[in-house]
Amino acid sequence: MNAYDPVGTKVFETEVLIIGGGVTGTGMMRDLALRGVNCLLIDQKDLNAGASGGNHGLLHSGGRYAATDWQTAAECRVEAQILKNTAQDCIDECGGIFAAVEGDDPDFAACFPDRCAKAGIPCHSLSPAEARAREPSLSDKVFAAFAVEDATIDPFHITLGNVNHAQKLTDSVYCPHTEAVDFEVASGTITSVLCRDNRTGDSVRIRAKQVVNAAGAWAMNVARLAGCTDVAVLYAKGTLIISNARMSNGVINRLRVPGDGDILVPGGTVSLLGTSSDNIASPDDVRPTINEVDRILREGIGLVPSLEHTRFIRAFSGVRPLLQTPGTDVDGRKASRGFRLFDHEDQGLSNFASLVGGKLTTYRLMAEKTGDLVARRLGNEAPCTTATALLPTGEADRWTKPGFAPRYWYKRNDPTDAILCECEMVPQSAVNEIAADAVGAEKNMTLRAIALRSRIGKGSCQGSFCAARVTSHLYERDVYECGEGRDHMRDFVSERFKGVRPVVWGKQMPQMELAEALHCGLMGLDLQDVGNNENGDGTA
Amino acid sequence: MKRQTRHHNVQLAVIGTGLAGLAASIFALERGITTAQIGNTGAVAYTTGYFDLLGATGGHVINDPWQGIDALRRVEPDHPLSRISNDDIRTAFVLFTKAVSAMGVGYTQLGERNQMALLPAGLAKPTLSVPNTMMSGIIARERRARALIVDFAGLQNFSAKEFCANMGPSWPGLSAVSVAFPDMECGGQLYAEVMARALEVPKNRARLAERICEHIGDAQYVGLPAILGIHKPDIVHHEMEQLLGVPLFEIPTLPPAVPGIRLREMFEQVLPKNGLSLVPQQKVQRVEFDAKGVTLYLQDNFGDVVIEAEAAILATGRFLSGGLVADRNDVREGLLDIAVRQPDNRADWHRQDYFDARGHPINRLGIDVDEQGRPLNAQGNLVDERLFAAGTVLAHQDWVRQRCGAGVAIASSYKAVESASKILINTHDLRT
Repeated sequence: MNAYDPVGTKVFETEVLIIGGGVTGTGMMRDLALRGVNCLLIDQKDLNAGASGGNHGLLHSGGRYAATDWQTAAECRVEAQILKNTAQDCIDECGGIFAAVEGDDPDFAACFPDRCAKAGIPCHSLSPAEARAREPSLSDKVFAAFAVEDATIDPFHITLGNVNHAQKLTDSVYCPHTEAVDFEVASGTITSVLCRDNRTGDSVRIRAKQVVNAAGAWAMNVARLAGCTDVAVLYAKGTLIISNARMSNGVINRLRVPGDGDILVPGGTVSLLGTSSDNIASPDDVRPTINEVDRILREGIGLVPSLEHTRFIRAFSGVRPLLQTPGTDVDGRKASRGFRLFDHEDQGLSNFASLVGGKLTTYRLMAEKTGDLVARRLGNEAPCTTATALLPTGEADRWTKPGFAPRYWYKRNDPTDAILCECEMVPQSAVNEIAADAVGAEKNMTLRAIALRSRIGKGSCQGSFCAARVTSHLYERDVYECGEGRDHMRDFVSERFKGVRPVVWGKQMPQMELAEALHCGLMGLDLQDVGNNENGDGTA
Repeated sequence: MKRQTRHHNVQLAVIGTGLAGLAASIFALERGITTAQIGNTGAVAYTTGYFDLLGATGGHVINDPWQGIDALRRVEPDHPLSRISNDDIRTAFVLFTKAVSAMGVGYTQLGERNQMALLPAGLAKPTLSVPNTMMSGIIARERRARALIVDFAGLQNFSAKEFCANMGPSWPGLSAVSVAFPDMECGGQLYAEVMARALEVPKNRARLAERICEHIGDAQYVGLPAILGIHKPDIVHHEMEQLLGVPLFEIPTLPPAVPGIRLREMFEQVLPKNGLSLVPQQKVQRVEFDAKGVTLYLQDNFGDVVIEAEAAILATGRFLSGGLVADRNDVREGLLDIAVRQPDNRADWHRQDYFDARGHPINRLGIDVDEQGRPLNAQGNLVDERLFAAGTVLAHQDWVRQRCGAGVAIASSYKAVESASKILINTHDLRT
C-alpha cells in the first residue's frame, strides 16, 4: 500500500499483469500458466467485451485472405489446424465454400485456386450444382464455387476455458470490471498499475514484474497510460445479424473482394450474417445501426436469397482493432489482419509489452509470441506448449455450447431442476453452477455475467422471459437483496434492446411488443420512482 | 365428414376477442343487438387482471385519471381517450366492470383515483379497477400492514422473496415463505392455471390453508400468487379467507397468468348464453362490403363460415394479435390494409433507449378514425360507413406505457357500439 492511496485500496501482487480479457489476453494467461507463471488478468468490463465477443466465430481456413494477404492466410491455416487438435470441444468443423454469383468478377473467382495454393490452403472446385447440393440455400445464380476447410469456433467457450485452465495451473486470478487508470514508473520499470473497480469505484493497486497490454481496441489507450506513443490502432466497426435458425450446413463466403454481407456463418442453432466495416473514432459504446443491417442484408440476399424472408433475432457490433502502421492505407477492409508485438524498449520501458492486431483464428500464436517475450524477461525457460496441450472444459465453462444445456438437463432427469430459459433450455442447475464457480463471476453476479457464460437470453425471445426468471431464481437463492436484481434486469434488457432494435420487423415485432408488455406493463420496470420512495406511490 | 358452409346472420360483427372485442360484445348485447364475434384470444394471458384507465405519462404516475384525461386533451388531442367525454368513459367503465362482475369475476373501484396495485416482482402500478381477489393487497400496502407473502416451490412465475426484496423499502412489514402445494409436493414445475383449477375443490383449499396457517404468526394479511380458482375466484377467495382467518390477496404472476385465463373462460362460457354467436380461435380471412352489408369469410375445422352483418367493429389489437403487421420498412393493418400513418423509415420506430420515458413511436402507430370511430383511409375518407374500430389498434395512444389499455378498449368500444347502433335496423335496447 502506498501512502497516497485512497483508504480501502486493495493491493494485488502477481508475476504478470495482463490487461484485456479477450481471447488474446486469456490466451496469454493460459500460455504463461502452462509455463508455471502466475498471472492476474483484468478487464474494464468482462470477458470478450470487445472484438472477441463481437465477431462471427469463424475459424478461418485462410481462404478469405488468400487474395490480399497470403502470409496471414497461411498463418490462419496452420493455427486453425492447431485449434482443431487442441480445443475440439469449442469447434464445429462444418467446412465452408466460396461462391461467386452473377455480377461478381469472374477473374477474381478464376484466380482463387492459385492464390489458395500459394498460401498452402486446401481448396477444391465445385460445380454450381455440387455447391447447391452442399448448400441448398445458395443462390441459383452461382457460377463458380470452391470448398475450403472453414470451421466455426465458440469464442466464449475458448475464453472461459483459457481462464479456467490458468486458474487451475498456477492459481492465476481474473478480476472483471477492473480498469487500469495509471502506471507508476521508476527507472524504466513499471512498479505498479493503479486500477479502478468500475462497479464500486474502489481503487486497486497491482504490483507485477511484467505488464502485458492485450486490450484490443483499447490497446492504444492503455499504451499511452504507460507513456508509450508507438502503438496505433485503427478502429473498424463491424456489424453482424443473427438469424432465428441455422441457414446453412457450413460457412458460405462470397467469392469476391471483401465487402458488406459477404459471409454467412452457422453458430450451433443459428446463423450469423456479416460483416460491415466502418472506421470509427472511438471504440466505446458501439451499437449496430439500421443502416448497417440493411446494407449487409441487401448484399447477403444476393448470395443466399432466403435471407429476404428470414427472421433475425439480434444484431451486434464489434470493433476490429487493426494494426495501423505509418503511411499505410486507412481503409479497414484493406488494413493488415497481421499482428505486432511491441516490446516498448525503445520507449524506455523494460517490463511492458503490447500486442496489437491479429485475428481470433491466430490468437494462440499471438499469445505464444508474447509469452516467449515475457517468459524470457522473467528468466523462465519453459517452452510454449499451447500448440499441443489440450484445452480442458471446466464445469462452469461448458454452458455456452449450443445444445449442451438441453442434453445435460435431459440426461440428469431431475424434475426439480426447472428450465429458466425456454428458448435455449437452460435449467436452474446451470445458473447455480455458473453463479458458484464461473471464473471472475463469483462476486456480484449479474444477469449479463450469467448470459456471457451460458446461452441464456440468446434464443428468439432474446431474454424477455428468462431475464425475469433468472432474476427470481437468484432472489430465491439469496444472491440478490433489495432492488439489486431489478436493476440488473433493467440493465440486461436495455442492453439486449440495443441489438434487437435494428432487426425488429416481421415476427420479431410481436416479440418486441410482448417484451415491452412484460417489462413495462406487467413488471413496471419503466416506472423507476414507484416502490422506492417514502410514499411508495410515485409522488414526489 | 362433409364440409359445409355455415351462415350467421347478425346485426353486428365484432372482429377480435381481446378486451376491446369483449367490451364491444357486452355493450352490443346490452343494447339488444344480435352479435357475432370472431378472433384469437392470445394476448389476454399476459394481463395482470387490473383494468387501467390512464395511469402514467412520460414515465410518471398519474394519481387522478380524470384530471389526467383532461390534461391529455390539451397535449394529446388525438388520443382515443381525449376524443371521448369523461361522462361516456365513466359510463362505459362502470357498465363494463359491472357486467364482468355479474358474470363471475368481481371487480372493485375504490373511488375516483388510481390505486397502486401490486405487480409480480414487487413493484406497484397505478390502476383504476381491481379484481376483488387482489383488493386487500392494495389496502395492506397503504397501511404498511404486516403481511406474509407465500410462494410455491416449483412455480417459477412468482417469487415471494423477490417480491419482498423489491417492495421492502416502501413496505417494511413483509415476510416471505415458501410452501408445498397439496398433491404437487415433488418439486417439479408447477403451473398457476393447474393450481387454480385445483383450488376450486374445497378439500384442496382446506389443505392449502392448513399449510399456510403454520406460518401466519402475527401477520395481518396473506398474499398469494394469482391461483384462487378460474371460474369462481370470488368464492374461492372468500372461503380461503375464512380458513386463514386474515384478509387474503392475490398478486399477479408472470405469464401464462390466471387473471387473463379467467376473463377468457368467462367470456367464452357466459356470452354465448347471452346470445352471442362466438367463433373463437379463428381469424377472419376476408371482409367485403356491398349493398346488403358487411360479409366476413373465414374457415374452421368444419368448413367455411360466412357472417353477414349490417356493421362491423374492428378490434384486432396490435402486432401480437395480428391487428398490425410490420414489414421491414412499413407497418400495415392486418385485415383490410387500412392506412397506417407512419414515419418514412424503420429508424423512427423505436428510440435508442429501451426505457425512454417518452415511449417508442411505433406503439402510437395505428388506425385513424373519425368522431364516430370509423376508420379513415389515406385520403382521410371513410373506409366504409359500416366499419368501426376500437381498442389498441387505434393510433395516438401507448397503452403499455400510459397504462390505458383497458380504458382505451372499453371507452372506444362503447363509442363504436353506440355509433354502430345508429345505423342498424330494428334494435331492441335491453336497457330501456
